[in-house]
Amino acid sequence: MITVGLDIGSTAAKGVLVNCSNKCRTKIYYEIMPTGWSPRTTGEELLKRILASSHCSSKDIDKIAATGYGRETIPFTHKTITEITCHARGASYLAAGSSMVIDVGGQDSKIIKIDEKGRVLDFIMNDKCAAGTGRFLEVTSAALGLDVSDLGNFADFKNFAPINSMCTVFAETEVIGLLAKGVPKESIVAGLLNSVCTRIAGMACKFSRPSKVAFTGGVALNKGIQKALQQKLDTQIVIPQYAQFAGALGAALIISELRV
Amino acid sequence: MRQELIKKFEDLREKNQVKMQEALDQGQKVVGMYCTFAPQELVVAAGAIPVGLCGTNEKPIPAAERDLPRNLCPLIKSSYGFGITDTCPYFNAASLIIGETTCDGKKKMFELMAKKKPTHVMNLPPEANSPSSLRLWKDEMVRLKEVIEEQLGEEITEEKIRNGIKLINKEKRTRKALYDVNKNLPSVLPGSDLLKAAWLTTFSWDKNEVIEMLAGLRKDLESLAAEGLFYGDEKTKRILLTGSPVGLGSDKVVKLVEECGGNVVCLENCTGYKIVDILVPEDESRDVYELLAETYIKIPCSVMSPNNDRLNLLKRLALEFKADGVIDLSWQACHTYNIEAYVVEKMVKEELRLPYLHLETDYSTSDVETLKVRIAAFLEMMD
Repeated sequence: MITVGLDIGSTAAKGVLVNCSNKCRTKIYYEIMPTGWSPRTTGEELLKRILASSHCSSKDIDKIAATGYGRETIPFTHKTITEITCHARGASYLAAGSSMVIDVGGQDSKIIKIDEKGRVLDFIMNDKCAAGTGRFLEVTSAALGLDVSDLGNFADFKNFAPINSMCTVFAETEVIGLLAKGVPKESIVAGLLNSVCTRIAGMACKFSRPSKVAFTGGVALNKGIQKALQQKLDTQIVIPQYAQFAGALGAALIISELRV
Repeated sequence: MRQELIKKFEDLREKNQVKMQEALDQGQKVVGMYCTFAPQELVVAAGAIPVGLCGTNEKPIPAAERDLPRNLCPLIKSSYGFGITDTCPYFNAASLIIGETTCDGKKKMFELMAKKKPTHVMNLPPEANSPSSLRLWKDEMVRLKEVIEEQLGEEITEEKIRNGIKLINKEKRTRKALYDVNKNLPSVLPGSDLLKAAWLTTFSWDKNEVIEMLAGLRKDLESLAAEGLFYGDEKTKRILLTGSPVGLGSDKVVKLVEECGGNVVCLENCTGYKIVDILVPEDESRDVYELLAETYIKIPCSVMSPNNDRLNLLKRLALEFKADGVIDLSWQACHTYNIEAYVVEKMVKEELRLPYLHLETDYSTSDVETLKVRIAAFLEMMD
């Protein structure tokens, strides 16, 4: 069976094709592109790309599932599944043995407690605002004239400047204030990453301490956060190679088992 | 078919207002109430019309925020807002408002409301099981009777109260029988429609007509079920909703559950099951105020401390309605329900072994999308 999972996130759209026709060897293909202003067109383009890279034609595809905030705008899917259920399943596949998934994406962060099969046991999601998300880092790093992808290498955790505001808008003002005071950028970056971790750890502590955490979503690409989070949660944090694709992979895996 | 049945209740919106005006023209009085702790029996005994004025719409909230803090529960702000903006015909029609010292927000809001309308606040003690609470609450029943008599210029006799008890009991039994229809598997009516019927009948000028309508709806729904016409199927996830009060205009969670493919088959809230099986005993040999007091103090609202009866009720309802999961809704700044969510979560997960979702929100639509993700994921957990 060949299935496709599309995760249309607020910032990036991810596509995964799972080919399990050969039972001995499951083949998985990954594609990513910016979501842009039209999730629907992006979804179509993403499907085209993943078909090309996997050398499949649309006729080969048995089922397609969509997830992420733009999931309902994709017309050619067999089913939509929430990002919570998909991330749980995908992360469990990518980092087997995890009992918790921390997913930090463009505009939301979620903590998911999972069982050994990657099924959701419980979850918490951030309320209403962008505190502790990728957008928080994007906006505040822009104030520093940095690209969000550089933050991890740039941070100086030994001399971090505390950022007090959890609110994205106020934190940006705070960053400008710190720059004016002559605080080094490296310290401010560490402060920002630390602030995101505090927020995430605050949510995660609602559940009992997990033995192993899979950290997924775009923000997981940031190595600085992994370190800070590991310290705060006092547990092993694994960032799988395809961390950003956990949602799309989960969608493709779940749909392959559903009768739709 | 189902829509036609509900249409009758939707038509009440206009009909109620016209009939209310007619009743007022004939000299009948209206008494406004905000909580289930206010004994309707005493209002009925005075020959007046009791109406629930609890605010469930976000429209008057900006006006309320001129006087009240923004960080206050939307229900209190909405209730107050309707009062001060003259946008609620029932508030305008009321000659007396009955409030109670339930939560801090309401209690202090009533002080401000009293500037607009004669408002009597009953002193509700927070502990249901102590003899001194019961003595105080009984005195409060007598005091309320005197206030109503004075404000409305109507004598309330014991006989009238006992008749009032019979009437209100009949109404509660009828409501319960209607709610029980959704014990059926699959359920018969979407939760939002059931709420509509329950809610729109609280503004009625005539209790007997309300009782007839609700009983009629129950019969019609039972025939639908007998014909095999259900809402959803065996796989439709059955949700027990508990927490802060929900009414028309503040029913976004009920609707979202339906949008995500589930159904709220039972509302434990005070517009639902919380009060319908707490009946005042129809015991002619006992003091009528004592009977009222000991019944009304049993309402398992989170303002009571401790409030174990809510947990017992939830356990019972989860089993009777074959719930697949429990959603606990707290309005923002509704401290009592928000704090009680902790024990409810523990009980639901550990004793009932059911999935539990706590939602904290207000009347606005700003968080509908994130709520929808949570509710959809919650329903997916039950697959």
